[in-house]
Amino acid sequence: MSKVEPKVEKILEVEQVKKHFHVGRGQLVQAVDNVSFEVYKGETLGLVGESGCGKSTIGRTIIRLYDATDGDIRFKGKTTKDLKGKNLKQFNREMQMIFQDPYASLNPRMTVGDIIAEGLDIHELAKGKARQEKVVELLKTVGLNEEHADRFPHEFSGGQRQRIGIARALAVDPEFIIADEPISALDVSIQAQVVNLMKKLQREKGLTYLFIAHDLSMVKYISDRVGVMYLGNMVELADSQELYDNPLHPYTEALLSAVPIPDPDTEKRRERIILKGDVPSPIDPPSGCRFRTRCPKAMDICAKEVPTWQEVRPLHWVSCHLYQEESLKKEEGMK
Amino acid sequence: MNSSTQKMTPEMFEPVAKDTLAQEGVASKKITFWGDVWRRFRQNKGALLGVLLLVIIAVLAIVGPDINSYSYRATNYEITNQETVGDHWFGTDGLGRDIWTRTWYGAGISLLIALLATGFDLLIGVPYGCISGYYGGKVDNWMQRIIEVLYGIPNLIVIILLLLWLKPGIIAIALALGITGWITMARVVRGQMLKLKSQEYVLAARTLGASTRRMLTKHMLPNVLGPVIITVMFSIPTAIFFEAFLAFIGLGIRPPQASLGVLINDGYQVLQLFPYQLFYPALILSLIMLSFNLVGDGLRDALDPKLRQ
Repeated sequence: MSKVEPKVEKILEVEQVKKHFHVGRGQLVQAVDNVSFEVYKGETLGLVGESGCGKSTIGRTIIRLYDATDGDIRFKGKTTKDLKGKNLKQFNREMQMIFQDPYASLNPRMTVGDIIAEGLDIHELAKGKARQEKVVELLKTVGLNEEHADRFPHEFSGGQRQRIGIARALAVDPEFIIADEPISALDVSIQAQVVNLMKKLQREKGLTYLFIAHDLSMVKYISDRVGVMYLGNMVELADSQELYDNPLHPYTEALLSAVPIPDPDTEKRRERIILKGDVPSPIDPPSGCRFRTRCPKAMDICAKEVPTWQEVRPLHWVSCHLYQEESLKKEEGMK
Repeated sequence: MNSSTQKMTPEMFEPVAKDTLAQEGVASKKITFWGDVWRRFRQNKGALLGVLLLVIIAVLAIVGPDINSYSYRATNYEITNQETVGDHWFGTDGLGRDIWTRTWYGAGISLLIALLATGFDLLIGVPYGCISGYYGGKVDNWMQRIIEVLYGIPNLIVIILLLLWLKPGIIAIALALGITGWITMARVVRGQMLKLKSQEYVLAARTLGASTRRMLTKHMLPNVLGPVIITVMFSIPTAIFFEAFLAFIGLGIRPPQASLGVLINDGYQVLQLFPYQLFYPALILSLIMLSFNLVGDGLRDALDPKLRQ
């Protein structure tokens, strides 16, 4: 695992981003609320959290499939909010996405060659013979061969389809790839294959990944840093080794305690922290800290004030009153 | 909690056997989408029978009137209401016209009206559904409210008013049927669009910066084609049936032209005396309805994505 080293160049800055959805009858789902983080060039940032915590929403907001309700997203220093025309096309080439469901992410009516070449066609990067050559090259990059180009998606296995999806994303030579749970729909044996391919591509092409997943051990394996999300908030963000060794937020602790350890002796001693209750509805999230209703260490202040996003250790950010001296003082005052 | 013992090394994730390109081969023959549909359609004996019947009926509707020497409008008062006389295979009607010729001529007119009506359906329904579903939001909301208002008006009233204004003829009847019938088509297309819009391959095209035109022509329309074809297969018999119904209440094609509905109406008048005059056109109408439904069912099974994988 890589050491914490000061990586200077920020490729992506997400600042106080909110994404709310209207679901009718004046109700508002606060899918993502005040999330801030940065991604450095060449790294892999993992995003974990249970279903419905907003991790896919934040990914889709970054790539402009959704428009953020509030906040700012800057890609390579420039805000993505009002990209239009030429600049938007450029942005579409620089940032790409790999999708979750390999059965839904390829158009069943297009040949694999046309699917992969879609980016080339849209941006008019290659035509005729050059297009054909580029398709073959991309197929080889992801470990498929050129005969596959004129076949249809339904003739391939899940892992092969996912690699076709990766080839499609690579066609426009992106710098930044958002991987939205790229492996959660695959068999375990194929997961490693796809993840290893992604790591190899990162080494060769200097890609930056935002890796969204809920499999903690896989995220640890691929990520340099890991962010943990709960109910639309980012609760903790740190270097992956640091996060796994010293989780600060009670939610992260609980999450990590659920990971089985591949060693029978230690596994026997593993104590799971069982959280009480269910995830509250994002339509009406709890006041103060959103995790307080299930937190084993909840205090009075947690219901009253939203914890601030603070760097409590070098490069280790957490949003929890337990680690904020001011909050602890106030808590004393309440008692 | 102490997870430092949980060591993950890259070696743990190495595949046991290295992948070779040979392992990636696809052994089966290349199958296109329509090839696959045909393979499944072929297995449905009923649907094949439907296709066969439709082909026979269509051929007879085109050449049938010319097989014997009689014209659909030639009267012969010497041989009125004869069940079989000479080469009048289906007999003659009250004016001595040849029923064989008139039946096939009428079947042709009925099919033509149904095809035209379905054409109008497609012309209005598909773009309407496309726009409504693709743009969504406020546009969709308004367009759906308009559809609901239109749906609330009994279509028989609309048709009768239209026919009073346009004078019954092939085009007028087809137009009247199309104008009232496109709502189903628009709803089917809209539903499909809404479904497809959130499909990941459509999102992928959006992240690649595909234009609206490309999205519609490459990703959306080819994928709504299946349900549209199925809807067409069921709206053709509906149109034929409705045309027959209009003829039956006196709003059909004007004599001496005939459609199946007109013939059935004529036959019905003399049902107790000469039942054969009702029998032949009714039989052909039933066969057309039956075969379209058989083919429609077969196509639905062959195209239904739920049976895929």
